[in-house]
Amino acid sequence: MSTPQALAAGSLPPTAPRRNESSASWRLTDRLGLGFAWFLGLLFCVITAAIVIYLFVQGIRYLRPSLLVTNPSAGFTESQTGGFLDPLIDTVVIAVMSMAIAVPIGTAIAVWLSEFGRPPVLARIVESTVEMLAGTPSILLALFGTLLFEAPWLGFLSRTSGGVVFGRSFFAAAAMLSLLALPLVVSSVREGLQAIPSHVREASYAVGKTKTATTRRVLLPAARPSVLTGTMLGLGRVIGDTAIVVLLLGNTLTNDPSGSAPILSALRGTGSTLTSYVFYNAPTGDGDQPGKAYAAAFVLLLMVLALNVGVDIVGRRGTALRWNS
Amino acid sequence: MEFLTPPPVRRLTGPEGEPQRRAGSDPGGRSNGNGNGNGNGSRSPVFVGGRARVAPATIAIDRMQVEDVSVDYGRKRAVSGVSLPIRQGEVLALIGPSGCGKTTLLRSLNRLTELTRTASSQGRITLDGVDIATIEPTALRRRVTMVFQQPNPFPMSVFDNVAYVLREQASRRPKKRALEGAVHEALSRAGLLDEVRDDLDHPALRLSGGQQQRLCIARALAANPEVLLLDEPCSALDPQSTQVIEDLIVKLREDVAVVIVTHNLQQAFRVADYVAFMYLGELVEYASATQLFSAPGEQRTRDYVSGAFG
Repeated sequence: MSTPQALAAGSLPPTAPRRNESSASWRLTDRLGLGFAWFLGLLFCVITAAIVIYLFVQGIRYLRPSLLVTNPSAGFTESQTGGFLDPLIDTVVIAVMSMAIAVPIGTAIAVWLSEFGRPPVLARIVESTVEMLAGTPSILLALFGTLLFEAPWLGFLSRTSGGVVFGRSFFAAAAMLSLLALPLVVSSVREGLQAIPSHVREASYAVGKTKTATTRRVLLPAARPSVLTGTMLGLGRVIGDTAIVVLLLGNTLTNDPSGSAPILSALRGTGSTLTSYVFYNAPTGDGDQPGKAYAAAFVLLLMVLALNVGVDIVGRRGTALRWNS
Repeated sequence: MEFLTPPPVRRLTGPEGEPQRRAGSDPGGRSNGNGNGNGNGSRSPVFVGGRARVAPATIAIDRMQVEDVSVDYGRKRAVSGVSLPIRQGEVLALIGPSGCGKTTLLRSLNRLTELTRTASSQGRITLDGVDIATIEPTALRRRVTMVFQQPNPFPMSVFDNVAYVLREQASRRPKKRALEGAVHEALSRAGLLDEVRDDLDHPALRLSGGQQQRLCIARALAANPEVLLLDEPCSALDPQSTQVIEDLIVKLREDVAVVIVTHNLQQAFRVADYVAFMYLGELVEYASATQLFSAPGEQRTRDYVSGAFG
């Protein structure tokens, strides 16, 4: 056993101090290019840092614990307009509802694309549809949603008065928001499935398992980190979207339930999320309470940052146990 | 280390590199003696490192018959007109250069080739006298199981890896208690039970490479197959794990027919009773290991086993 070590020690060259290549010998244009790349990279960091620091400073300045536990109310001064308890709760509710739609459907689409995908024409169509969805501005989805959910046969999902369907509710907003998260879930899960070497699938077939059994017991558990990553990315997209919420959640400051059923009525009613609250209270918005807007934006930023950290942790955990391909 | 007879194949390791693990430790007089004092008359081949070949098994039962089987991928012929028997009690090794169709032939034995969309095959393969084309693939693959080149335990616990095979398709039942006996038996047949007895609940992917591969063998054995297919099971493993698995293969041949694809001629010589040499999709020679390595009947076989090509 001493032989390999001796060989390794003998064949290594004497350790010389490694020096990075100096750009002093480069052509002028190359040096300018390098400088430009550095400049752009730093500029990008500075801009991002400026946004985050600005929001942090403003947020800490305006955020009071009381804002988190009081509801918005109409008024003209900071002291009258209350906090953003309902928008905060609604953000969570709408995020959970959207992901409850997007994750199962997105995972199913990803499994079908990656494991079945027959006929190939249909697979290509599904693939480009998902890609197209990923590139669709959310305001278009919102506009389509208002059209769709005002249809009489979908009236049970929102407030209806005198045969006219209002078309704005948690259901409507969550359905359209889930379309935003769907492409992210699909691509993440699909990547995860495709990263599983084919011999792992074959090992399951080779002990007499069917394709569906293999998918459920081997492939999906193996792709679980990707499902989680997709969920987190989708969540980030959903809680950050404004257009759909403003158009489809009704944008009432507090929850305005429709009907008397305990939970269903609230979901059929309207409300607002942190994004629409910020939109409303921004200096250019109807409410014009910038202090409230900054505080809410700060909370929103914290949520998104937490999600990003979550994606990072899940992604790192997922690579711990792997097969050789 | 003295060699009374020259090694039948090229030597890849130095003579002092490997300790004598096998010689003498083999119970039941299976080994032929490790060469020392071996007369020139019997010329029992001794392998590099002093490991002796085990004697052929006493009984051999016909399990599978491959009759004139050809497999094509699209228009490319991978296996052409191969016929050979697969017997329980003997280990059959498929050798040959890369791309000669060994793995394809192996995969056609449990109809795994059908998963490749372009593949088509002719000819007849029977399992216990029944044409495998008439057997439901999932049922067939429980009787003819396979172990792959890369250790590929499933992302679940050691216990569940084996139990997975015993349970209904995607079900989680029966629960642990009911399967404990069968799982332990499969693990002990694969020689893994003593090492993992306390870690049955740990993720299987945390085991070492050699343990993972033995877990894959345990998994393949859990279905109680008639035939065990091994596709280069040791090529991703270190020499020590390789040895453990080779010993295991020789032990297993009593209960199941074992077919092993290997690039390692020494390994084929160590574990196999019969060897099939394939070249460009054809079966060039099928003979007992001793004969194929010491007195091959074909020039191409002679060239391959002496290291002229491949």
